[in-house]
Amino acid sequence: MSSNKKVQELKKRRKEVEQGGGEKAIQKQVAMGKLTARERIIKLLDEGSFNEYDMFVEHEARDFGMDRKKLQGDGVITGTGTIGGRPVCIYAQDFTVAGGSLGFMHARKITKIMDHSLKMRMPLIGINDSGGARIQEGVNSLAGYGEIFFRNTLASGVIPQISVILGPCAGGAVYSPALTDFVFVVDSISKMFITGPEVIKTVLGEDISMEELGGAKVHSEITGNAHFFAESEDECFDQIKSLLSYLPWSNTDVPARKEVLEPLEKFNISEIVPTDKRQPYDVRNVIRAVTDGSDFFEIQENWAANMVIGFGTMNGRTVGFVANQPLVLAGVLDVDSSCKAGRFIRYCDAFNIPIVTFVDLPGYLPGVDQEHAGVIRHGAKVLYAYSEATVPKITVIIRKAYGGGYIAMNSRHLRADFVLAWPDAEVAVMGPEGAANIIFRKEIATAEDPDQMRAQKVQEYKEKFANPYVAAAKGYIDSVIEPWETRKSLLHALDVSGGKSVGMPMKKHGIPPF
Amino acid sequence: MSNKEKSSKKKSASKAPVESLVIGSAIYKTNLTAKFKNRELWQKPDEKKIEAIIPGTIQKIMAKEGDEVSAGTPLLILEAMKMRNEVLSPVNGVVMKIHVSEGEMVSKAHLLIEMD
Repeated sequence: MSSNKKVQELKKRRKEVEQGGGEKAIQKQVAMGKLTARERIIKLLDEGSFNEYDMFVEHEARDFGMDRKKLQGDGVITGTGTIGGRPVCIYAQDFTVAGGSLGFMHARKITKIMDHSLKMRMPLIGINDSGGARIQEGVNSLAGYGEIFFRNTLASGVIPQISVILGPCAGGAVYSPALTDFVFVVDSISKMFITGPEVIKTVLGEDISMEELGGAKVHSEITGNAHFFAESEDECFDQIKSLLSYLPWSNTDVPARKEVLEPLEKFNISEIVPTDKRQPYDVRNVIRAVTDGSDFFEIQENWAANMVIGFGTMNGRTVGFVANQPLVLAGVLDVDSSCKAGRFIRYCDAFNIPIVTFVDLPGYLPGVDQEHAGVIRHGAKVLYAYSEATVPKITVIIRKAYGGGYIAMNSRHLRADFVLAWPDAEVAVMGPEGAANIIFRKEIATAEDPDQMRAQKVQEYKEKFANPYVAAAKGYIDSVIEPWETRKSLLHALDVSGGKSVGMPMKKHGIPPF
Repeated sequence: MSNKEKSSKKKSASKAPVESLVIGSAIYKTNLTAKFKNRELWQKPDEKKIEAIIPGTIQKIMAKEGDEVSAGTPLLILEAMKMRNEVLSPVNGVVMKIHVSEGEMVSKAHLLIEMD
């Protein structure tokens, strides 16, 4: 038995650490509308499950008066706990302690918990709220960042890595979130940028606020750096818990099975899609019409909305959905939507999550800006990701599947396991209007009434090629199904794909069009 | 998932489409994104208009209006990112107008000099 005095000593020390940067600094944190690092961990984890590591770590800096400064926990709280009863590793930077600045021992605490999460194969959650490198520690602080980035890369595709931005995250610090799988931001709290507004103003003369430069909205709507946007920290924690409920704990694990439910009746799949191919609809309702309980957990909802990605469950098992969204930009492929889909496909493949793809796109977005932004290289990401993926891959062609878009969207040629098409599907090199203009150019030009001739030829082309049967005759489409048969067919396809086993040529790694 | 549905309702993607997009001669009814609408339209570059390739400060101007210069002649020094960048004449011609003065801070694509 420890003596009472020693126990008192431990209690006193613990209490000191738990107070972080002290009353004043905590008040400041609250005034900024933020929770403290400890509150965040406690809210996110299952009640009473947090087990703290390295509480008494101290920095070893000597210069600039640092030897006289004690920083509780060196500005970061690390440990393990559970979410939904399953174990996770977590760290939260404490802004109340020296602005959450990252020094050598601060980084060592983080890398220790990272090593633990990789070794024990459980998700890593990092809560970022830091002013950046601790300048007094010089290159040691940079070394700390480097060690974190290296581990993010090692763990990539092995365990889920989640970054939560709940404060500033600037300079080199942004690269840890960028290397992880999912980034969560909260309105008016999260700020991410490589160079801040002050530097931009003094060097470049451009005047912009932190919020406009790298706020939560910017990253979830313009840059695509963030995957989930929340109005409050509490909403953000709910999103994290929801996301984790779909994920396996590592690349050798399978997601926990959920309750099997029928889709809600209000999502009647036969009534969602208009037959006029130029009329839009919300493809997310098609997804909701096939998933258990009509549940769809969307990722990057507000960025590149012409492509929809996210998780749902079918027969209780997690499925990754990729779908063109006719409601936005007619559902075209462009630079952003290609990057969005490509990365998600690779995520699903890394974590053994089957992919269901809904196709309805007129092709690639025409424009100088797209071509000059490298749509060739970025568009190729979709082809690469689908070709490389060895998880079960199922495609449903809803209406349009034209040209390069048809090939890219998990066609048979990229080794889709099942390709289904609705009777309204049009699989062709291009839309009937464009095709007729080219094939019948002469007839149209020389006709007495070119417009009438064009309309006639468009109609001819439509009847001949704008259907699923040309592709079905070649076996590129496995079955043509009625819309109401979609869920049944998908469930069947998933059922018979359970034992899928295909090999790839031996290689160190491929060279995807990054 | 009730909060999911709620949040998707108030966001842009779900608005009823009022716009259209032409692809392959077909006109699609759809929503356009802010990013698409704000995209910069391409313009043919005019090599006689010399613009700042990087934001910075005009450190020194060597050229004078009316000077006859050959392609490759240094016209001014644009200091940016701790580097003194020489801006050279892209053409054989006459310096028609200098739009900046020494010490001036310029942003990217700021018109520096017009040649003739």
